[in-house]
Amino acid sequence: MSLDPSFVGRTYPPTAPYQVGREKIREFATAIGATDPAHHDPAAARALGHSDVVAPPTFPVIVTMAASRQIIEDPALGVDYSRVVHGDQRFAYTRPVVAGDELICVNTIEEVTTRGGHGFLTTRTDVRTAAGEQVVAVWSKIVVRGEA
Amino acid sequence: MELPTQTFRVTRADLVRYAGASGDFNPIHWSDRIATKVGLPGVIAHGMFTMALVGRAVAAWAGAPDAVVDFGVRFTRPVVVPDTDEGTEIEVTAVVKEVTEEGLTRLDVTATCLGEKVLSQARATVRTPR
Repeated sequence: MSLDPSFVGRTYPPTAPYQVGREKIREFATAIGATDPAHHDPAAARALGHSDVVAPPTFPVIVTMAASRQIIEDPALGVDYSRVVHGDQRFAYTRPVVAGDELICVNTIEEVTTRGGHGFLTTRTDVRTAAGEQVVAVWSKIVVRGEA
Repeated sequence: MELPTQTFRVTRADLVRYAGASGDFNPIHWSDRIATKVGLPGVIAHGMFTMALVGRAVAAWAGAPDAVVDFGVRFTRPVVVPDTDEGTEIEVTAVVKEVTEEGLTRLDVTATCLGEKVLSQARATVRTPR
């Protein structure tokens, strides 16, 4: 699967705001077995200096995965999603996500390579509040497997 | 310094719950029929579910749910989850690589399933516990 390297550096328009709900954080924390009270109880989160319940570190993937459809479904890039495998994932936090955040994603393509018949695509997603405050930078590398 | 090993059991029910909570409904995480059709040995865990469990381990070592400031992994091998009551198990260990003067601790993390590494280059930076 060959991907067009001229897409490197391309930045997509900001996504529509994602409203981080308290119950969504609780549901996600429960699903991964994260029982710390700060993920469930606003008072416990406030005791740590946060305005509401705190999301576990990988929670932003809910927001960035939805936002990455901008790239995956860009017909000009032509990724075959049925051949996509998750390669790398990284989160670099300015601060944790908390309930009540209104998050906007800005996707940038950082790397496009083809090796051994497979395509590799690294995207950086800057997750900011609607007011423009940086919350977390998220990198995701996908592998688009070539035809065997 | 090596940190104490943490073990996480993973069953099909966990994958279904994670699919719902995360919105990742890729059928390779719940259908043996589709998983085997694309060449996998069977249903596999979401890579992001494995990463979430490692995130729990890191937060536990750091002693705070909001201590993680940087966290990255490479997914190298799928975690196959059989349709049994026991499912499978992921073991997570780490070594402390560096404690900085700025109050940060860097960890190199290892996650294994059935003795095989399922992640590589797994690294986390946390606020150093007081």
